[in-house]
Amino acid sequence: MRRHRAGWKIALTTLIGAVAVLPIYITVIVSLKPQTDLTSFWLPPRVLFFQNFEGAFIIGRLATAFLNTAIVTACSVALIVLLSAMAAYPLARHRSKLNAVVTTFMLSILMVPGLSLLVPLYVVLVRIRGISTYWGIVLIHITFNLPLTIFLYLNFIRAIPRDFDEAALMDGSSVYAVFYRIILPLLKPVTVSVIILAGVAVWNDYQFSLYFLQSPGMRVITLAISSFFAVSGGNTHMAAAAAVMAIVPITILYVALQKYFVQGVLDSALK
Amino acid sequence: MESTFRKTNIMYLPALALFLVFVVYPFFEGIRIAFTNWNGFSQHFKYVGLTNFSVLLGDRNVRTALFNTLLYGFGSTLLQQVLGLAYALLLNQEFKGRMVGRTITYLPVLISAVIMGYMWYFVLQYDGALNDVIALFGGKKVLWLSRAGTAISLIITINTLQYLGVSMIIYLAGLQNIPVMYYEAAHLDGARTWRRFIAVTLPLLYPAILTSVTINLIGGLKLFDVIRALTGGGPGYSTHSLATLLNATYFGSQRAGYAAAIGILLFCTILVFTIVTQGVSKRREIHY
Repeated sequence: MRRHRAGWKIALTTLIGAVAVLPIYITVIVSLKPQTDLTSFWLPPRVLFFQNFEGAFIIGRLATAFLNTAIVTACSVALIVLLSAMAAYPLARHRSKLNAVVTTFMLSILMVPGLSLLVPLYVVLVRIRGISTYWGIVLIHITFNLPLTIFLYLNFIRAIPRDFDEAALMDGSSVYAVFYRIILPLLKPVTVSVIILAGVAVWNDYQFSLYFLQSPGMRVITLAISSFFAVSGGNTHMAAAAAVMAIVPITILYVALQKYFVQGVLDSALK
Repeated sequence: MESTFRKTNIMYLPALALFLVFVVYPFFEGIRIAFTNWNGFSQHFKYVGLTNFSVLLGDRNVRTALFNTLLYGFGSTLLQQVLGLAYALLLNQEFKGRMVGRTITYLPVLISAVIMGYMWYFVLQYDGALNDVIALFGGKKVLWLSRAGTAISLIITINTLQYLGVSMIIYLAGLQNIPVMYYEAAHLDGARTWRRFIAVTLPLLYPAILTSVTINLIGGLKLFDVIRALTGGGPGYSTHSLATLLNATYFGSQRAGYAAAIGILLFCTILVFTIVTQGVSKRREIHY
């Protein structure tokens, strides 16, 4: 009886899991067949065909795209961590009317969809010559990720007893030294969540990149993939190979660091 | 001591400066542009008063996009809560393979929505995986994305499946926070499985439900990537959301003033629903 009941649970779990990753499976199959192979997308290829990957990498200029994505993601995430930890410290430690207003203001930006500001944001970036530059897109990514990450750091720092800071201040350290030497090291767990949340958001971004990275040399990976599919009559098998390459890095990271990824969502959701 | 902490206020100035330059200023600049007939690049434009807004109210494409936006938002939110909770209840039980199930369902969450959309294209295209199954059973192949109703349902389903992992994880954490003694008490009172679910599980999951609904609703109302990847808003304007219509109006038709007005509509739509969900959460806290 027990065995029987576990059976349907495993079957149902398998079914839901299978549907969720179905498109990935199909895309991998397509990517491993030449365009002349007209067999069903469900059937694995008889011979593995790797030329799609080679072609996609060269024609799609994926090397440049990966490099651009890596630069934008690394710079954005580093600055997001730095700026949000810095911003959260005084907001958590110095309780004043002004800081209550600043906190409310920053958290209310969580509700502003960056997309609704598309036209004026574009105007601002044109005016400061930030279109198709690394720093332009990085500043945009930082701005729209900061509200959430400040929120995470704020909650975390509030839970650290003030005695820590005050004891060190008594010993004559400056308050900035206290932040740097005592608070920052304690922030490691939440920093992992921040890196993952912001890193995934920036790496996967399509909308902002679509608007603000218009020159071909600045293309990030999502733009490179979409240009493969946008060309009608293009080689769809090569496009599939490009898509597979695009999701490989994040998949490997996820499998290796699974529990941190899950923790990241819980941190952002349940506090 | 307070004065020592006060001087650290300068540490939030960089963040504040970014918000002023890239959120507050654009917000007001957007309102100004919405009152003009600017085309997005010319030096010349005129203030046209409320013209853009009055055109907006009568524009059939905008009405369709607003209606679709609500469909995408509420459709995926509803579907995601039902499936996410059901799946969390399943994975909350002890059996082999539950960790694997959790890992696999969560993977799509981390993949770019636009790439996920393109990957679904291989399933939905005319010679794609779904039609192969239909042909296998002797059915006629279907053009899945050629009719608005079907395309919208598919986009909702795809968005739901991709982010099922988020609601599943939130509900799973919520379920694990419910003390076992409540179930034991309900059991002693003779409550059956269904009754226990209604009387114990659901009320105690209230905070989790609220969190998950808020995240899914805002995500759904902003939906952009999947639509771009699968239909591009077509056929015609029938599957556009406000987000994709805004993009098409600005970069496609070069009507910057009008696009800015659509942006304000999108902003207000999301704001209204965020405030509603926040209001509900304040009013109905449940304590045991």
